[in-house]
Amino acid sequence: MSDIQTVKKNRARKPKALLEDKLFGFVNDGLLVLAALIVFYPLVYILSSAFSSPTAVSKGLVVFFPVDFSLKGFEEVFSHKAIVTGFANTIFYTVVGTLVNIILTVAAAYPLSRKNLPGRRILLFIFTFAMLFNGGLIPSYLLTAKLGLINHRAVMIIPVALNIFNVIICRTFFETTIPEELIEAAQLDGLSHTRFIVQIAMPLSKAIIAVLVLYYGLGHWNSYFQAFLYITDKSKFPLQIVLRDILILNQVNEIIADPLLYQAKQGMAQLLKYSLIVVASVPFMLAYPFVAKYFVKGVMIGAIKG
Amino acid sequence: MRVSTGNEARAVSQKALRSKAMRSLQHRVKINWELYVILAIPLIWLLIFHYYPMYGVQIAFRRFSPLKGITGSPWVGLTNFIKFFKSYNFERVLRNTLSISLYDLVVGFPFPVILAILLNNCLKPRFKKFVQIITYMPYFISTVVMVGIIIQFLSPKVGVINYLITALGGTEIDFMGRPEYFRNIYVWTNIWQGTGWTAIIYLSALSSVDPGLHEAALVDGANRFQRMWYIDLPSILPTIAIMLTLRMGNIMNVGFEKVLLMQNDLNTGASEIISTYVYKAGPAAAAPDFSYAAAIGLFNSIINLVLIMIVNKINAKINETSLW
Repeated sequence: MSDIQTVKKNRARKPKALLEDKLFGFVNDGLLVLAALIVFYPLVYILSSAFSSPTAVSKGLVVFFPVDFSLKGFEEVFSHKAIVTGFANTIFYTVVGTLVNIILTVAAAYPLSRKNLPGRRILLFIFTFAMLFNGGLIPSYLLTAKLGLINHRAVMIIPVALNIFNVIICRTFFETTIPEELIEAAQLDGLSHTRFIVQIAMPLSKAIIAVLVLYYGLGHWNSYFQAFLYITDKSKFPLQIVLRDILILNQVNEIIADPLLYQAKQGMAQLLKYSLIVVASVPFMLAYPFVAKYFVKGVMIGAIKG
Repeated sequence: MRVSTGNEARAVSQKALRSKAMRSLQHRVKINWELYVILAIPLIWLLIFHYYPMYGVQIAFRRFSPLKGITGSPWVGLTNFIKFFKSYNFERVLRNTLSISLYDLVVGFPFPVILAILLNNCLKPRFKKFVQIITYMPYFISTVVMVGIIIQFLSPKVGVINYLITALGGTEIDFMGRPEYFRNIYVWTNIWQGTGWTAIIYLSALSSVDPGLHEAALVDGANRFQRMWYIDLPSILPTIAIMLTLRMGNIMNVGFEKVLLMQNDLNTGASEIISTYVYKAGPAAAAPDFSYAAAIGLFNSIINLVLIMIVNKINAKINETSLW
């Protein structure tokens, strides 16, 4: 078919194609609106409930927007010692834990990314095999007990100091983004490996570091089972354990000690739950858009197998 | 030249080559010593926290007594495994594990693919970005909070779902207390929470589709649906295949934390899975039988390993992308 014929045919079909495409676009965007609403509504319901008054919540008056706007729920959240302690502990575990994670991940990923490192293949296998097979819960539990980590703050950091999958992602990133010539030039200049990693490789790898911080940080912030299994001392509880007591085991009445009437107390308990959900979940939701641009890039480079 | 001068010369030259290779290896080890020191820290961690527990797996073949330690306890062969296979829980936990997992896979898998295609076909950049942000938000919610939300929404007295049911003239349903609802609640809330996030992977696969294909199709008069169906979808088929096989390799791994948190005395008939059973026979038990629990865990790990090996073989065939 010659070009002219093609153009003619195109022109002839154009009005019809336009209608089809319009319909397609309409259905497509309609489905997106539906998807967004299904995900959005529960989130809005929780947010609006958290900003409503206890009576409005207990009577089920909240439909979309807050009813009798109030901050009582948040005042309640931050007036409880268990919650505040949980928050402080979680911030500590998240900050220190993520720092340790990043150091160890880079320490593993960088040497493994060096193609002329003798023994690289064996070392890499040692790492990947541990990802595929594990001893399971019981041997790990007995090891943790043997190391004397039970009920110790370190149990929230040391046994989870490294995620092998993240090491693989980070290694692939280093392999693909740090040119061999740069390393050679640095070596000629007498730069040690450690200084090369800290002063050159890491600043060049902001994207992957941002992704790792998000992954590890979120992991620590949301971690519950590690503490559930090993920590019994209330002063060391992370936020998620406190949340479990309140949200799932419904131990709110013990927490709300004020001599309120039963009805008011129920309302307050519901409100407290909604406010708590908001306070516990918002930090990472707000942080994500800032690292999003690194994120897609970092994940994609990491996901391509080296 | 030298090679053609006979065996002796060849042997000499090979020896020379080998010693040269040895020297170069020594040299490479020498200039990289610092890297080994750096790698030693994570490696030691790995040996302690991953390989030592693998060694400790022998507890599954012994009768563990805390006083004698793992290696001091007597060998009992496969007794613990046989005990598990014969117990009435075996069938129940295996059935629950597989049915939750397969349901999650079959029903949940298409959603992220569909969402990614819809987003990719959206011509309004700001609207697209808005929908994307909204849909991945739930990913950041912790398992504890997620289960908290589920319980709160489905609560018979104060839950929004039951408000709706009673408003429409129905009677309240105790969703969490009825085993027949467990799987549905687990799977559909997973879809709500994970679809937007998983879609990111497909979305980036879609963004790498060659625009030339679309231009050519436009010239041929293909409409938007045809281009989506005949260009976009086939282009991301390898990604879909990899994701699918990865999920199949993980079929024995049901979200342990979520199931454990959603469990209550009324729904264990549908919610007791292998990993929660291990936990209950081990650390959570009043009189823990660590050997028995470890045997069940090992049974699970071995099936997993075999599945992942098979899946990796399949993936290698699909498009030369293997996991290692």
